[in-house]
Amino acid sequence: MAAGVTWSEAEVAVALSAGADAAAAPRRPAEGVDPLLRLDGIHLSFNGVPVLDDVGFAVARGEICALIGPNGAGKSSLLNVICGVYRPQRGSVTFAGETRAHMHPERAARRGMARTFQNVALFRGMTARENVMTGGHLHRRAGLWRQIARTPLARREEIVARAQADRILDFLHIGAHRDAIVAGLPYGLQKRVELRRALAARPSLLLLDEPMAGMTFEEKQELAGLILDVNSELGVTVVLIEHDMGIVMDLSDHVVVLDHGRQIAHGAPEDVCEDRAVIDAYLGLADDQAADDGEGAGAGPLRG
Amino acid sequence: MTVFDAPLEPVAADRIARPARQQVAVAAITFAAVLALVFGVVPALANDYWFSAILIPFLALSLAGLGLNLLTGYAGQLSLGTSAFMAIGAFGAYNALLRIPHLPLFAGFAIGGVAAAVVGVVFGLPSLRIKGFYLVVSTLAAQFFVEWAFTKVGWFSNFNASGVISAPPLLIAGRDFSGPRGRYLLSAAVVVALTVLVRNAVGGDAGRSWMAVRDMDTAARVAGIPILRSKLSAFAVSSFICGVAGALWAFAYLGTVEPHGFDLDRSFQVLFIIIIGGLGSLSGAFLGAAFIVLLPIALDNLAARFLTGVVDVGHLENLEKIIFGGLIIFFLTKEPGGLAHLLARRWARTVEKLRRRRGLAS
Amino acid sequence: MQFFLEVLVGGLLAGVMYSLVAIGFVLIYKASGVFNFAQGAMVLFAALTFVSLVERGLPFWPSLAVTLLVMVAIGLGIERGVLRRLVNRPPIVLFMATLGLSFVLEGLAQTLWGSQVHGLELGVSDTPFEVHGVMVSQFDLFAAGTAGALVIGLALLFNRTRLGLALRGVADDPLAALSIGIDLRRVWAVVWAVAGAVALVAGLLWGARVGVQFSLSLIVLKALPVLIIGGFTSVAGAILGGLLIGATEKLAEVYLGLTLGGGIENWFPYVLALLFLLVRPTGLYGEARVERV
Repeated sequence: MAAGVTWSEAEVAVALSAGADAAAAPRRPAEGVDPLLRLDGIHLSFNGVPVLDDVGFAVARGEICALIGPNGAGKSSLLNVICGVYRPQRGSVTFAGETRAHMHPERAARRGMARTFQNVALFRGMTARENVMTGGHLHRRAGLWRQIARTPLARREEIVARAQADRILDFLHIGAHRDAIVAGLPYGLQKRVELRRALAARPSLLLLDEPMAGMTFEEKQELAGLILDVNSELGVTVVLIEHDMGIVMDLSDHVVVLDHGRQIAHGAPEDVCEDRAVIDAYLGLADDQAADDGEGAGAGPLRG
Repeated sequence: MTVFDAPLEPVAADRIARPARQQVAVAAITFAAVLALVFGVVPALANDYWFSAILIPFLALSLAGLGLNLLTGYAGQLSLGTSAFMAIGAFGAYNALLRIPHLPLFAGFAIGGVAAAVVGVVFGLPSLRIKGFYLVVSTLAAQFFVEWAFTKVGWFSNFNASGVISAPPLLIAGRDFSGPRGRYLLSAAVVVALTVLVRNAVGGDAGRSWMAVRDMDTAARVAGIPILRSKLSAFAVSSFICGVAGALWAFAYLGTVEPHGFDLDRSFQVLFIIIIGGLGSLSGAFLGAAFIVLLPIALDNLAARFLTGVVDVGHLENLEKIIFGGLIIFFLTKEPGGLAHLLARRWARTVEKLRRRRGLAS
Repeated sequence: MQFFLEVLVGGLLAGVMYSLVAIGFVLIYKASGVFNFAQGAMVLFAALTFVSLVERGLPFWPSLAVTLLVMVAIGLGIERGVLRRLVNRPPIVLFMATLGLSFVLEGLAQTLWGSQVHGLELGVSDTPFEVHGVMVSQFDLFAAGTAGALVIGLALLFNRTRLGLALRGVADDPLAALSIGIDLRRVWAVVWAVAGAVALVAGLLWGARVGVQFSLSLIVLKALPVLIIGGFTSVAGAILGGLLIGATEKLAEVYLGLTLGGGIENWFPYVLALLFLLVRPTGLYGEARVERV
């Protein structure tokens, strides 16, 4: 059974209805409580090539923390360390009160962590519905034997899981694709299915790796609203990697900046974007971004 | 409408949408029809030749295909050791029935299956360290080792001098099922029962966990799916099924229990069954088995009718080889879903055409 | 002690033969990531074609030339007809396709040339001679020498020619190779053609040793443990692996066989490879793949 927040069906329905009014939802990062997630002195390297160098910060319960930095800064690798896919050479991860140098991903999931991947790690041979249903795996109590024998418990859990998955998919208009094998779905839809799979696990910590990549402006707004709902209504702590600075400023309570594996700044969004080191790191990138967005070259690097 | 205005739906288990009434009815009718066909129509119409040469091997191979499909098609663990597990099932059942007095026949089969499951788990253990294609080595090791063990260790064959043992009489509740019809009914009962169980396993969370492990085990781990336990359960269930299939093959089809009928070629045969039938599909096992059983017979008949004297037996075997190999390549390149997918699409198209015609008429 | 040495040497030389077949696998795997189960069938096809030509009266060298052409053609045909359609499929699927291919080739070979056993004469006698009191077969030495020459030739190809450089690039990262203008199809065609030629050499040597018969295609099964131990992508590994398997197989058969009965060599290499994999999941020389998610 997953630790962390347990939601009722009603809460799920509430959280996932569309058209969230982003500004209306106040954000309440918890104060004076132990952080849900803390990283200390993380060093990671592959075959001698350093990827992360002495990264350490804390994420408070109920917070939205954005992880930003130029490409190749090691952000995805950091998420991998947090959820246990990579084992750091040095340092420790403290999650839900438990400090370990390395936590197996299954254990992290059981303790309430869920994540999406940069390259959409869906189960390609399964349908959208099946993918979302696997997200709820930890809440299943009927094991293999009971499933084989089709006990009432197994049958009921299957029906509930199926209905949940359908509802999660129906909101935000991908219900029509429930039975489609995900390998055949367009990228944007795949990303949505993947997010819903992560939500089906009812996590206390949600790690999102570039969830808005490839989305239109409207889609980004919709997703931002969803993230805010999930955070404010259901208290899910979110760590997300994001390149769109506007989103970062709007959504996050706390920003961590990585560059070439090192943490060069962290703090409130307004402070971070004034930070000299961060501006330097982004200087080349920011001008490109400004040009893409059609703004004048005079716009500041981080005021998207 | 904001988040706060959305209607709150109280959700009690009995108010949750069940699978549509229509679907349940169709499934029930189909199942009843299959049962009627298998246990009513076929025994009435078929003759001894059909039972002995076609239906019984079809049933045994279908079951083996079901087992392998579970391991390779659903869980993605390639296995070339299928017939080793079949052999364990056959020898296990034989030894159980021999040494435990008054043991019911089905219990003997079950013991053979359990023995196969245990060995399956042992050879599946390396799957934690060894990924993907390399795992073939483990199942190949199983294949060769088991074949050798059953040949060398006399205890398994009850120290029979020739190493070939005849299957014990097939008695269930005192009635003799050793005749062709009896063996058919016995095999059909076993296959139907096990198919239902496999369907339950595959259609539920276990099946999805297996597929998740097959498709992307990193994401599966992150979703909390226990990788090792899933792989081992796949090996266990699959080997159990193959073990029972092996017992059927030996007891109901051949009438003898010997190791050489369970060699690497047999493993390949079962693999071909699921490739041709359709990887990851239950009906595929049956379609593939039907194909494998019927094609040589069809070829023989064709040759006898049109090519007498020109083509001899050896040539026919080679021709079969070429055809099977060619079909494997064809199905893998053009139609990865195998016969099952091919037929499903034809069926969908026919239904669509009928629906359109009915729509036009009304 | 002498007996031990004889068994060891015999095993090592047998291992060289395994290496020969394994090298064919390595070539294809290195360049296209495919484990070519049909390599054994190719070996059989080569041997059968050569022997049948010779038996029909064609002299040695022309037969060799024709067979070489046939093998290269088969290699090219496989690449173009089958493998090109399976680009981007998972390794399991590719493996199964080559499995199907092996059946086609075996059936074809035996349909064309019949299924009797043929003897193969390479003009090298099998008389044993003594080296420091240990009996060594002349033929085995010849085979070892041929294998060595083959390896040196391949090493030169890979390391000293532009084509070899392209091959290594394709093996490393096909997409990157494409982006710098390497013609993948040409590279794959060359690789399969070379694999066909290697199959011919292996077929001739094996055929001379055990006679040309159907079981030749089962050699592929022995090559698998060799590749697992030596890694799928290293020629040096194939040689080392072959030697290791050959030696341990013979030693196990002789020494373990005393207690356990004969036939050990059927499964021993596999169990050895399995145990090896448990310790080193990527073989002696294989590359450890870091899974980037």
